[in-house]
Amino acid sequence: MHRFANPARFLRIANAALPWLAGVCALSIAAGLWFALVDSPPDYQQGDSVRIMYLHVPAAWMGMFCYTAMAAFSAMALIWKHPLADLLARATAPVGAAFTLLCLVTGSLWGKPMWGTWWAWDARLTSMLILFFLYLGYMALSNAFDDPTRGYRAAAILALVGFVNVPVIKFSVDWWNTLHQPASVMRKGGPAIDPSMLLPLMLMALGFQTYYFVVLILRARAEIAGAKIHTIRMAEVHAAGRGE
Amino acid sequence: MDAIRAFLAMGGYGAFVWPGYLLALVVLAGLLAVSLKAARAREAELDILQRGRHRAGRRGVSSGE
Repeated sequence: MHRFANPARFLRIANAALPWLAGVCALSIAAGLWFALVDSPPDYQQGDSVRIMYLHVPAAWMGMFCYTAMAAFSAMALIWKHPLADLLARATAPVGAAFTLLCLVTGSLWGKPMWGTWWAWDARLTSMLILFFLYLGYMALSNAFDDPTRGYRAAAILALVGFVNVPVIKFSVDWWNTLHQPASVMRKGGPAIDPSMLLPLMLMALGFQTYYFVVLILRARAEIAGAKIHTIRMAEVHAAGRGE
Repeated sequence: MDAIRAFLAMGGYGAFVWPGYLLALVVLAGLLAVSLKAARAREAELDILQRGRHRAGRRGVSSGE
């Protein structure tokens, strides 16, 4: 059973961290929602529609963060054949897809009143839509083979190739003339945003980040248990085959 | 009452703000619930299998290792 030595250590650390992560997640989202919806002022130009930002921007960050994590885990899986890496990459994909979907839909809800359109084939919007499709493709490909390890390998290669899209998303607002505004938080010279709006943004970002770790741990636990079940079942089939 | 109505109206942007927050709740709570349920179900199944193997091992039947 030495194959599971590493997952066992991972599970010990992850399960110890889980209640703390869940607590930070719940508290920061609760506080974030209070500041986002109640305490922060409406924007002087955008009015209360600016409150969509507190979902949209952290969701966009997480969409890109999760893809970066997925590509890094996939690289580890391909290069070092680390048994946990594939599993963590696969556990990351649905979370990243969920955040990217949220980013796209909230962006659309924000775009209608501010830009007068639900959607534009603009560089930032289009590259984000491609990110969403990359997540869907990754998830479909990793489950597309009868031999799961072949699927994982193909999906890991897709994750790495698709990573080229992440810097394209980040710099799309600088490289092309887009409808989308340029970066106002992660930019040279510090955030160009009032502290009363930065606080809910950061709280929601912390909440989303810890949410990712909570779901990652839960999904990894399911995958690890599933792998052990598979091993036991295979052993039973072999034992039955030998007539024992 | 007026305060609540004003809060829900979101300065006229209620129809854009609230669906966003509602969708976030549905998507994030849904994914969390599905992940939690899957982890519990698989771990329970593994527990039953391992206990079964443990008993089989004690009876002298191959445990497959």
